[in-house]
Amino acid sequence: MKSYDAIVIGAGHNGLANAAFLAKAGLDVLVVEKNDYIGGATVSRELHEGWQYSNCSYVCSLFRPEIYQALDLGRHGLEVVPLQGGVTFKQNGDYYGNYHQPAIRRREIARHSKRDADAAIRFDADLMKWCRLIRGFLLRTPPDPASFKIRDAMEFASLLKSFYSLSESQIYEFIRFFTMSIAEYLEEYFESDVILAHFSGGSIIGTGLGVYSPGTAYVLLHHAMGDIDGNVGSWGFARGGMGSIAKAIASALQSYGGNIRTGAEVQEIKVRGRKARGVVLKSGEEISARVVVSNLDAKRTFLGIMNPKDLPEYVIRRAENFKIRGSSGKLNIALDGMPDFPALEKGSPLTLGHMHFTDTLERLERAYDDWKDDRWSADPYVDLVIPSQYDPTLAPAGKHMVSVFVQYCPVEAEGGWTEEKREAFGATVIDQIANYSPNFKDLILHVEIRTPSEIEAETGLTGGNIFQGELTLDQLMFNRPFPGYAQYRGPVKNMYMCGSSTHPGGGVMGAPGTNAAREILRDLGKVNTTPEDFGDD
Amino acid sequence: MTRSGSAIIIGAGHNGLVCATYLAKAGYAVQILEAREVVGGGASTREFAEGFRVSGLAHVLHPLNPKIVKELGLGAKGAKPGTAIDTISLDRDGRHLTLSTDSVSGAGLSDADAQAYSAFKREFRRYAKALEPMTMNKPPRLKDMDNTDKLTLAKLGWKLRFGLGKISMREFLRVGGSNIYDVLNEFFEDQRLKGAIAADAVIGHHMGPRTPTSVLTYLQRLRGELYGAEILPSGGMGEVANILAGVAERAGVKIRTEAPVQRIVVTDHKATGVQLQSGESIEADIVISNADAKATFLHLVGTEYLDAMFAHRVHKTRTEGTVAKLHFALKDLPRIEGLSEAQLGQRLLVAPDMRYVEHAFNHAKYGRYSDAPVLEITIPSLADTSLAPAGQHVMSVSASFAPYSLKEGWDKSTGDFADKVVALIADYAPGFAAQIIAREILTPVDIEREYKVTGGHWHHGEMSIGQSFMMRPVHGAAQYDTPIEGLFLCGAAAHPGGGITGIPGHNAAKRILAMKAGR
Amino acid sequence: MEKHDFREVLQRSPFFPRADALSQVKVWSPWNGYQTARIYDTLASEYFAIRSSCSVFDMTPMGKYRITGPDAIRFLTRLVTRDISKLKPGRVTYVVWCNDEGQVLDDGTIFHLGDDGYRLCAQHNQLDWLLISALGMDVTIEEETHEVAALSVQGPTSYSVLEAAGIDGLQELKPFDIVNTFLDGFDVMVSRTGFTGDLGYELWVDPNDALALWDAIFGVKARGLYDVRPIGLEALEMVRIEAGFIVPGDDFNTAETAVRADRSRSPFELGLGWVVNFDKPYFTGKRALLEEHARPIKRRLVKLSTEGNKPPHDSFLYDGKNGQRIGTIKTAIWSPILKSNLAMAEVEYIKGKRPAEIWAQIYYQKELEWKVVWERCEISGKPFWNPPRRNATPPEPF
Repeated sequence: MKSYDAIVIGAGHNGLANAAFLAKAGLDVLVVEKNDYIGGATVSRELHEGWQYSNCSYVCSLFRPEIYQALDLGRHGLEVVPLQGGVTFKQNGDYYGNYHQPAIRRREIARHSKRDADAAIRFDADLMKWCRLIRGFLLRTPPDPASFKIRDAMEFASLLKSFYSLSESQIYEFIRFFTMSIAEYLEEYFESDVILAHFSGGSIIGTGLGVYSPGTAYVLLHHAMGDIDGNVGSWGFARGGMGSIAKAIASALQSYGGNIRTGAEVQEIKVRGRKARGVVLKSGEEISARVVVSNLDAKRTFLGIMNPKDLPEYVIRRAENFKIRGSSGKLNIALDGMPDFPALEKGSPLTLGHMHFTDTLERLERAYDDWKDDRWSADPYVDLVIPSQYDPTLAPAGKHMVSVFVQYCPVEAEGGWTEEKREAFGATVIDQIANYSPNFKDLILHVEIRTPSEIEAETGLTGGNIFQGELTLDQLMFNRPFPGYAQYRGPVKNMYMCGSSTHPGGGVMGAPGTNAAREILRDLGKVNTTPEDFGDD
Repeated sequence: MTRSGSAIIIGAGHNGLVCATYLAKAGYAVQILEAREVVGGGASTREFAEGFRVSGLAHVLHPLNPKIVKELGLGAKGAKPGTAIDTISLDRDGRHLTLSTDSVSGAGLSDADAQAYSAFKREFRRYAKALEPMTMNKPPRLKDMDNTDKLTLAKLGWKLRFGLGKISMREFLRVGGSNIYDVLNEFFEDQRLKGAIAADAVIGHHMGPRTPTSVLTYLQRLRGELYGAEILPSGGMGEVANILAGVAERAGVKIRTEAPVQRIVVTDHKATGVQLQSGESIEADIVISNADAKATFLHLVGTEYLDAMFAHRVHKTRTEGTVAKLHFALKDLPRIEGLSEAQLGQRLLVAPDMRYVEHAFNHAKYGRYSDAPVLEITIPSLADTSLAPAGQHVMSVSASFAPYSLKEGWDKSTGDFADKVVALIADYAPGFAAQIIAREILTPVDIEREYKVTGGHWHHGEMSIGQSFMMRPVHGAAQYDTPIEGLFLCGAAAHPGGGITGIPGHNAAKRILAMKAGR
Repeated sequence: MEKHDFREVLQRSPFFPRADALSQVKVWSPWNGYQTARIYDTLASEYFAIRSSCSVFDMTPMGKYRITGPDAIRFLTRLVTRDISKLKPGRVTYVVWCNDEGQVLDDGTIFHLGDDGYRLCAQHNQLDWLLISALGMDVTIEEETHEVAALSVQGPTSYSVLEAAGIDGLQELKPFDIVNTFLDGFDVMVSRTGFTGDLGYELWVDPNDALALWDAIFGVKARGLYDVRPIGLEALEMVRIEAGFIVPGDDFNTAETAVRADRSRSPFELGLGWVVNFDKPYFTGKRALLEEHARPIKRRLVKLSTEGNKPPHDSFLYDGKNGQRIGTIKTAIWSPILKSNLAMAEVEYIKGKRPAEIWAQIYYQKELEWKVVWERCEISGKPFWNPPRRNATPPEPF
């Protein structure tokens, strides 16, 4: 029986990043993956002949440039192309165009409200303040507020120091930002309905919250603080689809001598004498290791592949109550050509970015009300992107790959999902798009409809929650996934967590995997191969 | 005693009375100016139909903080101004639940839930207790702290870490940011029980059970329980105000009613007195406003004396009330199946399950009143027969949600909403409609007009995190002093917010005296 | 509202057709969302047009706001640091305004238009802040940047050129005066203001009359009377430093855009203490500025000249050669008329005192070879360039 230094369960981007940093430090690492392909939710597959579907995550902004650099992912084939444009269509035939060129963007905001165009300057500067502060915490292990360890105290001190780089009123404003709803936060700046709707949409993506729920303003940051070439807030497409990220990290991992086994589902983490010893695969095969790292979500890790007798009662209770309700659906559509959006001028660059069809906060909030009652939104919020406009590898020439992210879609539609309900959900979404694009339906060659139930079945994300656990105030920082277990170490020795269930959460950042690797290397007394935050003066 | 100076307090609500008494005892010549003809503000009794009297706004309270009771010498009556009551959550099938401070009972309730309730209340009261150092002091500033601030934070840290212990501290830091819906689902199975607790967490706030931070508003409520069970005041809430006014006057405070203030006079960036609507000017060394922040800064002071962003912050505070108050004069006692007369005298809730409460809230988000509102009902004439003619009764109902900014406007909708509430009560109390002799409804718009509270908000502004602690009502005016020298806040707009607690008044007085002493 | 054509990224001022026709090199820059000439033919010819004859600069993109209503004066009093209650109709004044913390948001000019209220001209977009400041006031604020076309006509012959163009009533116009006049059937408002430190006027017209105004002025040249040249942003940058005018965003970070807590500046730090009046009713930032004023000043934006012939672009400043680093250059030019290096620089003060001796470490390159020199610096209390003709009334005729 072969023994490894470390086994990482799950070849999602965090598992791979974790393994890569361990391998880079000289450990003998194996990643085991239940599917026949790697990537988890950062995956691209040919689900319709000639089309590459990134059928889970679909855009990239948060992936940490520090990790990109440290693993040399550019040489391993990763290329992230900045995304441009973006639009929110109004019901009256008008739209707000989120042009990437600043001068015309400003003029476009002014078209809806002159005041908002000027308020956007104040808003951008304020958001940048919060981004700078939060960004510094991404590649760090959250300190435990109940601990007396020097390391936790030092970490808290450094946290406080960053806080104190703000002025007093900015500190309060930051606390407000952190705890407010996106709608109310934006209403402190803007007055135009469509501007409010456009900027608030990003805050509900993947959450079980509405635009008026406290704590959603912060989620905006989760989507706004990505860096592409130093430009805070820019989104990008990974060339070749999101799977390219996983492939590049896997390639880096292999270059450091790490191994990946697909089609190898873990049955259980073996624990003896309160120490993790390795894993048992579904096939019955046992693989032992000094260290076992789970990239699975907290529920699946503790309730799925660990034996309750090995776990403290507290961990089981917390895992049972871990909030990981899915709220998003996804349609992946192969189109025979570029759809028309008659509200836009021919050749408008706005189709290059995120396209939305919800023009008021009330419509956004009502979409959430449906989800609370276990229904998909009758008037859903849609984030539609057509990456094949930039990326020739995704679809045959002249044809297009469309990714449609849908908020909200329940984990269990009232009475459970059926094929008919799934189709009806898909039809609701396509109708929403077709309201603004009359030829959209005619161009459809193939549609993949994914509710949280399909997302869970394929990726293993419990409840189909794209963040491996809701990003609510009670599940952030030192509370993620549970109080007392936020430093990547599991409840038994030599067992670690590296998925988005841990700080700083989901969003294809790679930070949880990297942070977990730092803690593992520290415990093993190995040289630290993980990057520090680039910092910002 | 030497005179420390003169003070004007705008508004004879209970916080103004508490603040006044403390200052008078410390040697200030204090004058309270009240716009209405009676003292008490939101804590007053009103006669809404001949011979029928009722608590005007708040109709139940927890005992006042014992420190305030003792220091002001409120006596036994002040410590417990009425009858202690339980909460009974009404059930259409007569399987009502009775919720006491530490126990719950009722048909069909599982032992597991009953036990969980006791454990839950104990644990959550401990969280409320851990926050006490924050409650009875000015909220600490987070930069340029003074010694009081450092001490407050040190006490808070100590209480969290050693008062609660490691496990509870971690749990507290987790649930503090959570919503009551998810937390209750962790603890309980029974829908009725969860509905009742969830309603308690959100009543008076623009929140539903699923709204994150609704655990914090629940903890605010539990703070009152630290001092004892809920009380239905004898003689209505006005009696509480009368007790406070009594001690205030004995301490030398002058109270002038029907003396509405037009503006606060600011000379060289300093408050130097007030001008009444009558035109009369009164000078004082300091001016203390028991009014809400918008009324104080935007109307009484005026934006021209304030920094622009500060005024903007005040302007943007959320102050829209969500509760309507209904009063019914009844020719006889309503009958609710399964409730004895004694039980009818308790606090009755219509909040059958969390989904019901959430749905009631959904409407408020879109400027509509609840299709099926959450009700908090008391029949105070059972305990205090003086409130109604012999054999007859008054019923006092808080109905949520009834948002201040109703899309179609309250002018058209007041009657419809009242009818809806009557019909809903009649679902539980058959024949209720026929018992009504007279009724009164105070929507948030009416409350704003009658009680001079912007938005008719119970708490003078939402108690969301962004409007709590060192951000209440806004940062820059969160330590009771304000950007205008000599102007202070002492009402529910200030930390720790609304409820009949007297704490903002106490804290404000403490702050004024500390600043006077140069601390 | 009408949708834009996405191909038209930058707006064009009503003078654009003429500016485009005169542009030899077609070098444009965005300024406040407008396509603006950086340079028309050569920097030297444009610079000397300002200093020796007559220059024309299209200043339409300058942010313009109209303030009207019963509380207009109360509003302006609360907005700016300066006492403007004494500003008479037909007069202009320079102002700055601050946020609550007393940090400068922008500077600009206020025009008292008599019955038509006030016009505020600002470098940056201020509508949001103006409306925030208007809370509780009975005042109307409208942005009119696109509704008013403006030309700045500057230089020693500017008076003569305008007179020759048919604009009357300038003879007795004193600096910061406004006059409303007519030209060939349309209204022209003229103010004796400018950004060059020289004799000059700013002309304000309805956009529909813009080309007629341009043609009238350039007609003077066509008639062979005086030379008149259009100038771009680059020449303006040179003369404004000579004149000692500061530019928000270049010489200091405005408070609205500052991200880091210590990157905004107070009026005192910018050397604008002279426009802060504590003896007027409350204005935003007054409390903070009073507090700051009671403490020793930490730093100052100063007018600095350096010896030698290497302009100190982006240089660090030291207290003595190889001494402690005590500041940085913000903007710098070589002044052709003074044959001197002029700069706007921020200098740290120690215990409220400025350093006794300041040296700049200047990196420069000739033919791609980088070199470094140390040069002594001198702080100038006055504008570097301030000729008597600038303020002479009546102006010297030519």
